[in-house]
Amino acid sequence: MGNGILVLCEQEGGQIKGTALELLGKARELAAQLGGSVTALVMGTSTPTGVKGAQQIWCVDGPDFQAYNTGPWARAVQVAIEKAAPALVLATSTVATRDFFPRLAARLGLGLATEVVDLCVVDGQVLGRRPVYAGKALYDVRVSSDPAIFTARPNSFPVPADLPDAPAPEALDVALTEADRLTRVVDTLAPETDVVDLTEAAVIVSGGRGLKSKENYDSIIRPLAAALGATPGASRAAVDAGFASHGDQVGQTGKVVNPNLYVACGISGAIQHLAGMRTSKVIVAINKDEEAPIFDFATYGIVADLFTICPLLQAEIEDLD
Amino acid sequence: MKIGVLLKQVPDTETRIRIADDASGIVTDDIKWVINPYDEHALEEALKLKDARKAKEVVIFSLGGKGVDQRIREGLARGAERGVWIEAPENLDSLAIARALAAAVKAEGVDLLLAGKQAVDDDNSQVPAMVAEILGWPQVMMISELQIDDGGFKATRDVGKGVRQVVEGRLPAVISCDKSLNTPRYASLPGIMKARRKKIDNKNISALGVDTSSDPLVSHGNWGLPPERSKGQVIPGEPKEAVKELVRLLREEAKVL
Ligand SMILES: Cc1cc2nc3c(=O)[nH]c(=O)nc-3n(C[C@H](O)[C@H](O)[C@H](O)COP(=O)(O)OP(=O)(O)OC[C@H]3O[C@@H](n4cnc5c(N)ncnc54)[C@H](O)[C@@H]3O)c2cc1C
Repeated sequence: MGNGILVLCEQEGGQIKGTALELLGKARELAAQLGGSVTALVMGTSTPTGVKGAQQIWCVDGPDFQAYNTGPWARAVQVAIEKAAPALVLATSTVATRDFFPRLAARLGLGLATEVVDLCVVDGQVLGRRPVYAGKALYDVRVSSDPAIFTARPNSFPVPADLPDAPAPEALDVALTEADRLTRVVDTLAPETDVVDLTEAAVIVSGGRGLKSKENYDSIIRPLAAALGATPGASRAAVDAGFASHGDQVGQTGKVVNPNLYVACGISGAIQHLAGMRTSKVIVAINKDEEAPIFDFATYGIVADLFTICPLLQAEIEDLD
Repeated sequence: MKIGVLLKQVPDTETRIRIADDASGIVTDDIKWVINPYDEHALEEALKLKDARKAKEVVIFSLGGKGVDQRIREGLARGAERGVWIEAPENLDSLAIARALAAAVKAEGVDLLLAGKQAVDDDNSQVPAMVAEILGWPQVMMISELQIDDGGFKATRDVGKGVRQVVEGRLPAVISCDKSLNTPRYASLPGIMKARRKKIDNKNISALGVDTSSDPLVSHGNWGLPPERSKGQVIPGEPKEAVKELVRLLREEAKVL
């Protein structure tokens, strides 16, 4: 039987991300019940800052590990699993972990449960709660392999305030083979803006078909989002009409988001849209049709023309500071 | 070049999900079944490569129970040549499914295997990358652009925050597709007629050397619906007053500002 918990931690510019801290907090809580220590694994830096709640930190650094690439990352996590021999491996659900973890799980014959929104220990075994059908249903998931692997959706757990600092990081040496170099990352195209990714955003302002044009989306949704420190999102109808890009789509066939505040402007609230944002803590709907389904699940609604409301709301928010 | 496409049958995304009385899954009576939306993009990309004369043949691989042959037939109507239907019991875990699909793909011998980035029923996004590992092939998951040339591929994926990576490798490879890759075509009437005569090979999962008797590595139970979102309040009044009240509620009641 493995012992302890290995947590793959996301970092950005050497700084540990909030998504990693929430997992480290959860890992500490689970380790108190399962026994064993918490090991943080950090990729792409040898000097991470802000790691808390772990008894040791392992860093994998070097040119092969900086930008995400399937083979090297899978190998590095494999080396860490073999060295730590943990009972449980945790990671945030990201593009990277969705890409390489199934590959590694197949290699090691391990079970993997992706995108859980809760984790607990029942009878000495870890149980995850996992949304399926785009969140229209949930189930409890168990992984019987040793270790068990779970990835968690960002913003699923609060970050405990009292997480202790972690000791100095140690380097983990990872030797790559030919089989780890089946793909090469030849180019990285930087984003135009530096906003938080939709899946991690605490506040989101989304625009729908009600915006009527890309010009309106740009002049109404983007400034309102900027005022709120929010990431702009869109319905599929808005994306299909070219108001926003595919990466901005919220919903069953777009991003599944989990913010504290979701502001839906000119969005009707179709079942596929709801699927992507139903776990938002607070939903605000601005729609001129009082019959729009979005009002059935919005926390607060205003039935009025968004072209009047949104600029007023923006001004009101800007006046707060 | 021969292209394989992994295709899964899922409930239509309009489906109102109901939980079975014993909480072991969803109620599947009266469900309208469709091709997983992301797999439509995988199939479209394969058909586009055939239209561009980069591929000669497109073969659909699908694992599952009743109705799967209908979904394969829909794919054949859009232009794929043949189908392989692996009949399998319910509740297999992703690794068992990947082993079966990998065995069928290997027996068929394809140069490129395309799949959707996830199935919109269990939302696991595991099977394509597992198939890649089992076959020892390169993989790129969740791509939004693809070029195939001279036995190699160049694919673009969104790695979050709008950052895009361009990834290269050699064929054969497994690639999973996001919806921005293309716009799936509809089946034409002649396509539907022709599909009736196209061949679907029926394979049994145990004949592919996959043991389905052992307990799954990943198992689930205690299904439930998400907590109902209660209907909130509509804020009355003139626009200016309503906005002021909204901001007050967001700060003082919901405490999110
Ligand atoms: C397989 C499949 C997958 C899908 N996946 C997704 C998905 O991931 N995400 C998604 O969003 N959708 C998805 N859809 C589409 C979904 O069914 C809806 O068509 C879509 O969400 C509608 O977008 P909308 O609300 O912007 O547009 P509409 O439904 O047209 O609603 C526009 C709303 O704007 C309001 N409005 C108009 N003008 C104004 C104004 N001046 N002021 C205030 N309000 C105004 C109207 O009253 C209306 O309620 C999917 C559909 C399918 C079939």
